Amino acid sequence: MIEDKFLTRRELAGFIIAIVALAIAAMLPVLNTGYILSLGVTIAMYTVLSTSWALFSGPTHYISLATAAFFGLGMYVVGSGIEVLPFPILAIIATCAGAVLAFLIGVATLRLSGIYFVIFTLGLAEFIRQIVTWVQTTMGTSSGLYVLINIEEKTIYWRLLCLAAFVYLIGWGINRSRLGFALRIIGNDEEVAKHSGINVALVKVLLFMISGSIAALTGALLAPRWTYIEPTIAFSPMLSFLVVIMALVGGAQRLWGPILGVIPFALVWDLITAQFPNQTALMLGIAFLLVVYAIPNGIGGQGAKYWAKFKHWRDFRVT
Amino acid sequence: MSPNLALSVHNVTKNFGGLTAVDQITFDVMEHDVVGLIGPNGSGKTTMLNVISGMLRSSSGKIKLYGRNIARHSANRIARQGISRTFQLVRTLPTMTVAENIAAGGVFSYRRYWGKELNRRIRYMLSHVGLSDKAEMPVAALTYIDQKRVELARALMADPKVLLLDEWLAGLNPSEMKIGINLIRGLRYEGRTIIIVEHHMDAIRSLCDRCVVMNSGVKIAEGNPQAVLNEPEVIRAYLGEENA
Repeated sequence: MIEDKFLTRRELAGFIIAIVALAIAAMLPVLNTGYILSLGVTIAMYTVLSTSWALFSGPTHYISLATAAFFGLGMYVVGSGIEVLPFPILAIIATCAGAVLAFLIGVATLRLSGIYFVIFTLGLAEFIRQIVTWVQTTMGTSSGLYVLINIEEKTIYWRLLCLAAFVYLIGWGINRSRLGFALRIIGNDEEVAKHSGINVALVKVLLFMISGSIAALTGALLAPRWTYIEPTIAFSPMLSFLVVIMALVGGAQRLWGPILGVIPFALVWDLITAQFPNQTALMLGIAFLLVVYAIPNGIGGQGAKYWAKFKHWRDFRVT
Repeated sequence: MSPNLALSVHNVTKNFGGLTAVDQITFDVMEHDVVGLIGPNGSGKTTMLNVISGMLRSSSGKIKLYGRNIARHSANRIARQGISRTFQLVRTLPTMTVAENIAAGGVFSYRRYWGKELNRRIRYMLSHVGLSDKAEMPVAALTYIDQKRVELARALMADPKVLLLDEWLAGLNPSEMKIGINLIRGLRYEGRTIIIVEHHMDAIRSLCDRCVVMNSGVKIAEGNPQAVLNEPEVIRAYLGEENA
């Protein structure tokens, strides 16, 4: 049957675990404000990006490589307006800009399927980067922007944690709403979805807008971390790929899946960039292959499989 | 009281490039009628059904549901107007349970349920098609006829004004066929308006009030099933010139 209680015991347990985890994570800046905090910011950032990416791509199986476009857009909104407007207003503008961009991409591309959508989103991020570079070099004086605002790294970290909590709440809300049910039907069979009265294009665009605006807000929150932003940093295609890989490592089918990929992968990635600074792209490629071959359903999917096996063994073993 | 006109198809044509799959078809379906759409392979029956359900857009012509035009509307709008269907090759939602599969038909369509109301409706549908003990099973674990039952229940969840069954009985063995025919006969006694595309002639004879015969996209006969199946042109269409 379809769950019709407001909170099941399982969900309550999940909430308690999430709140405890959040509280522990929030104490990090008290312990360390150097290297570990900076790693914490990175992990929090990828948690937000991967989880919000999976909100759209998990159920629909549309692999979007446009994360960098939204992220960079958010950064540039803050970078270009920081002299004129207060930071909170800029964050709101960035979120709205992300939603508008997602709407435009969605209307233009969601009729495309599979590989065409992937290539289009990758090309789009690159296209935006080239436009920004061109605008800056022809109209401005330099190739980048200064973000001169005094925000401490621990503040950025706490803001990202709040955003992460918000993303989880949204994800939980969607999963148990009609919107989430519609998404699952679309992911299974689009033709059945249409014939069940679902406006497939509308649902997809809506989800893409939620996902895109969160990525743009993340970019806005992180802009003060770099005092000088350039298109190559803000619109880095590497970011889009990392977000996808992390989400897939963890498992994009579950709300809590991506974070299982983000934490180990961010740590390993940190090690790789320190040890092999010139071979990062090569390492990323290898990582991508390993993930796709070894754990196609992600750590979350693998875990669920073994849990089911364990339960089967527990319930049916011969004693 | 004269019966209401449920669905009227008027001069509908569907071209695929140079090929005309459905050519100027006209027929009416009265409320509470079961109409069979028959014809040899490739005669355009399924295309006709796809045009009605909005899976394909007609090239020209009018389709009216209780007087309101639905031709060239998108499938989701047509579903919300009250037309539900099953598919020629059974289409279930493989990662979901039986109950969730059935629920899919009753949340966004002509009738919309959610929460307790939805579960009540699912339970009713499960017992209606005979799947009460399989509600929480993954749909992929079901036998073929049970998957067909799921699809039928999903289409019925919306309480549609017109139900389209596309070869719903195809692929069933003789004993399953009996169960299937009885299920559809039950729907007929409920007073549902149904269009059936079917190859199985016994089923057509025992289920349909009227039938429309198509051949190469054109309507060649219409009327009482027994009479229509004896018409020389229908026999010729099925068996060829020399055998007629």
